Amino acid sequence: MSEDDDRSPPLDLRRADIAESSNKTRNCTGVSGSGGSVPGPGPSSMEFQAPYPDQVLENVLENVLQFLSSRRDRNAASLVCRSWWRVEALTRSDLFIGNCYSVSPRRATARFTRVRSVSIKGRPRFADFNLMPPDWGAHFAPWVTAMASAYPWLEKVYLKRMSVTYDDLALLAESFPSFKELVLVCCDGFGTSGLAVIASKCRQLKVLDLIESEVTDDEVDWIAFFPESGATCLESLIFDCVECPINFDALERLVARSPSLKKLRLNRFVSIGQLYLLMVRSPQLTHLGTGSFSATEGMAQGEQEPELFTAFAACRSLVCLSGFREILPDYLPDISPVCANLTSLNFSYAHINADQLKLVIFQCHKLQIFWVLDSICDEGLQAVASTCKDLRELRVFPFDAREDNEGPVSDLGLQAISEGCRKLQSILYFCQHMTNAAVIAMSRNCPDLEVFRLCIMGRHRPDRVTNEPMDEGFGAIVMNCKKLTRLAVSGLLTDRAFSYIGKYGKLVRTLSVAFAGDSDMGLKYVLEGCPRLQKLEIRDSPFGDAALRSGLHHYYNMRFLWMSSCRLFPQGCQEIARALPRLVVEVIRDDAIEHTDETVDILYMYRSLEGPRDDAPGFVTIMQ
Amino acid sequence: MEVCRKMVNMLGAERDLNFKETELCLGLPGSEPEVIIKATGKRGFLETVDLKLNLQSKEESMLTNASKEKNLLTSTKDPAKPLAKAQVVGWPPVRSYRKNMMAQNNNNNNNKSELERDQKAGGSSSSAAAALVKVCMDGAPYLRKVDLKMYKSYQELSDALAKMFSSFTMDGNYGAQGMIDFMNESKLMDLLNSSEYVPTYEDKDGDWMLVGDVPWQMFVDSCKRLRIMKGSEAIGLAPRAMEKYCKNHS
Repeated sequence: MSEDDDRSPPLDLRRADIAESSNKTRNCTGVSGSGGSVPGPGPSSMEFQAPYPDQVLENVLENVLQFLSSRRDRNAASLVCRSWWRVEALTRSDLFIGNCYSVSPRRATARFTRVRSVSIKGRPRFADFNLMPPDWGAHFAPWVTAMASAYPWLEKVYLKRMSVTYDDLALLAESFPSFKELVLVCCDGFGTSGLAVIASKCRQLKVLDLIESEVTDDEVDWIAFFPESGATCLESLIFDCVECPINFDALERLVARSPSLKKLRLNRFVSIGQLYLLMVRSPQLTHLGTGSFSATEGMAQGEQEPELFTAFAACRSLVCLSGFREILPDYLPDISPVCANLTSLNFSYAHINADQLKLVIFQCHKLQIFWVLDSICDEGLQAVASTCKDLRELRVFPFDAREDNEGPVSDLGLQAISEGCRKLQSILYFCQHMTNAAVIAMSRNCPDLEVFRLCIMGRHRPDRVTNEPMDEGFGAIVMNCKKLTRLAVSGLLTDRAFSYIGKYGKLVRTLSVAFAGDSDMGLKYVLEGCPRLQKLEIRDSPFGDAALRSGLHHYYNMRFLWMSSCRLFPQGCQEIARALPRLVVEVIRDDAIEHTDETVDILYMYRSLEGPRDDAPGFVTIMQ
Repeated sequence: MEVCRKMVNMLGAERDLNFKETELCLGLPGSEPEVIIKATGKRGFLETVDLKLNLQSKEESMLTNASKEKNLLTSTKDPAKPLAKAQVVGWPPVRSYRKNMMAQNNNNNNNKSELERDQKAGGSSSSAAAALVKVCMDGAPYLRKVDLKMYKSYQELSDALAKMFSSFTMDGNYGAQGMIDFMNESKLMDLLNSSEYVPTYEDKDGDWMLVGDVPWQMFVDSCKRLRIMKGSEAIGLAPRAMEKYCKNHS
C-alpha cells in the first residue's frame, strides 16, 4: 500500500534553534536539498594528501559509519567535519531524493559514489487529483542516464510520482547486472512493453512492484518475458494496478517456479478460479492480492467455493490480504481460515455492506491495518471497533466521491472507532458529515495518533449538529495528539483553526488544507508556529502575498510549498524568489481555470541547489 | 450570487413548494444574512454554490420525511445544485484510478444480482459506468480506448473514430442512422471491395462482425473490442454478418 514515509527533519533543528536571518545563508549552503542528501561545501580541488594518522582515522570511520542506516543520522554525521563528510559519502548505500529537482543527478552521483539503492520522488501530491497540468516534469530519464555510468552495481530503484518511459526501463535493464528491486508508485509514462524488458533482462530480479501506477496496454504479454526455465529469484510481484489482461498460463508457470515468492498481488483480470490455481502453487505467500475475486462469466457459482476455502487454509503464513476488485460477496467467507492471522486487510475496492463485512471482521483480532469503502456504513465501523483492538491504521474511502450524497459513514463511525481502537496511529476518513464532538473524542481516546486526515467532502461544511465551524475539533487534535506529524483538514474552518495548529502543532511535518480559512492570518499562524513543517499543500483558500511573506524564515527548511487557487499575485511570488535565491519558485498556469484577475493559478516552490530546471514546460514560469 | 437568486425565484414560482423553509440566505443559520467573501474571485460561480450549505440540512430532513423517488428529488433540490453538478476539479481528493475502479465496480454490481441494487434501482440497468473497448486500426502503430457509453449513435462513434485515426472516414457508406445497410447487398459489397477502411468489432461470442449490424444499444452491450480494417479484408466477415443479421432480424 502506498504511503508517504518522509522521515527527514530540517537540518536547522539539529542546531536546536529556529533559523534566524543570520543563519539563513549558512543554512542554505548546508541545507538538506533533498531531505536527506546534500552536497555542502565539499572537498575542493585544494584537497591535499592526508598524512598517515588521518588515514587510519578514516578507515576506522568507514568501518563504523557503514553501520549507520538512518538517513537522519547520516546527515548529522556528514556535518561534523570534512573527513566525516567524505567518509559518510563513501559509505552511504541508500540514496533518498525527496524532490527530484532539489539536486541534479550529476551532483548526487558525484558525492555518493557507492550507492546501491536509490529512491526518488517527483511530482507534488496534489498532482494526483488533476490539479497539475499534465507533462509538468519529474522525468526519470536524466537520473537513469547518470546512474547507468555512476552506479553499475545498482540493485534497487524506488520511484514515486515520476514519469518513466520505455527507454528508461530498457536502459535500466541493460545497465545494472545486479539489479534486484523495482518499485514504481504512482508513476506513469510506460506500458507493458517496459515491463517486458525488465522481466526478460533483469535476471536477478526479486521485486517488481507496481503500485497505483498507470501502465498503458502495449499489447505485450510481459509475463511471458520472464525466463522460461529454472527457478526465479522473485520474492514480490505486485501488479494489481495494471489495467490489461494477463496471460494466465504464463503467470501460473512463473509462480510455480518461484519458490521464494512471498508477495503476489494480482490485477482484476485474474478470476477467482485462476486465483485458486495460483494459491495452490504458492501456499508460502505472506501477502496476497486476490484480483477480481469474482467468477468469469459462464462458470457455475458454487463450483469453486469449497476448494477456495481449502486454498486459504493452506496459506498459513498469510498476513496481508487485498484485491477484491470485483468481489462476489458470496465468496467472502472463503477467506475465513486466514482472518485470525491477518495484520493487514484492504477492502478498499470491495463494495460490501456491513453484514457482509461482519462475516469476516469478527475473526480479525490481530488486524493492524484496515482499508475499506464507506459502503460498510457506521455499522460496519462499529463492528471493526468492537473487534480490532490492535488497529493502527484505518482508511475509509468513499464509494461515491461526490459532494452531494447521503454519506454512509459519519461522526458516529468515527466515534465508535475512537472508543474501540485506542492504539490508532493513522487515520484517513472520507465522510459527508462530521461533528466537533467526535473529532474531540478521537483526540482524547487515541493519544498515539501521528496521522490525522479527515476529509469532509462537502466544502465549507460545519458541524452537523451545532452548525459551528470545525475549528474546535481540529484544535483538539493538535492539542491532545502529541505525536501528530501529519494533518489534513476540511469542513468549515476559520482562522482560529489555524491558530490552534500554529500553537500546538509543533511536530507537524505535513499539512493539507483545502477550502479553509478567512484571511492571511490563517497561513501566518502556521508558517510562524510550526517549526517542523516540511510539506504544505493548500488549495482554494484566501491566503495572499502578505501571508506568503511571513514564511520567508522557514522556506529553506521545507521540502515544498504548494498553493493553488489562493490569492497570490505574481509580484508576491517574485518577492519570495528574490529574497531566497536557493528557492525555485514555479508559477504554473492552469488553462482549465477561468481568469477574472491576475492571481496565480498554482504556486509550487521548493529549495534546490541547482536553480531553475531546464525541462520546465511552457506553462511553468520560474520567478527570478 | 444574483444568478442563484433568480433561479430560486423562478423555481419557487413554478413549483409552489414550501420555499420559506428553504429560503436562500447567505450565512450560517441563525446569523444575519450578510455576505461572506470567500476565497478567490475566479471561482465565483462555484462559490455561490456554497450558499447551498444552509439548504443542505433543511433539505435532508425534507428528503428523509418525504422519502421521495428520484424525480421529485431533483425538483426540490436547491436551484444552485445544477451549478454544483459541475464538480470541482480534484475534489474530493480521490485519485482518478480509484474513481474509475468504483465506476466499474458499480457496473459489475449492476450486472450481478445484488439484492440491494435490485430493490433500489427497481430493475433499471442503465449504469453510469464506462464501457471501455480497445480500438486498433490496421497500419496504425498505436491503440486507443474508447468509452462506448459516451456516444449515443453510430454517427457519434464514427466521428470520434475519425478524429482518432485520421485516415479513417465513414462517409457515404452508412445509412441514415449510421448503420450499414445490410439489405442493400450491392452497396455492402461495394464497400467491402473498396480500399476504404471499415470498422469491425468482436462481440460477446468472440465473433468478428461489421459495425452497424445491430441497433446501437445492442452493439454497446455486446462489443468487446473494435478493429478498423480495410474493406477488402473485412470481406470474409460479410457472409457471417449477413447470416447473423438475418437471424437477429427474423
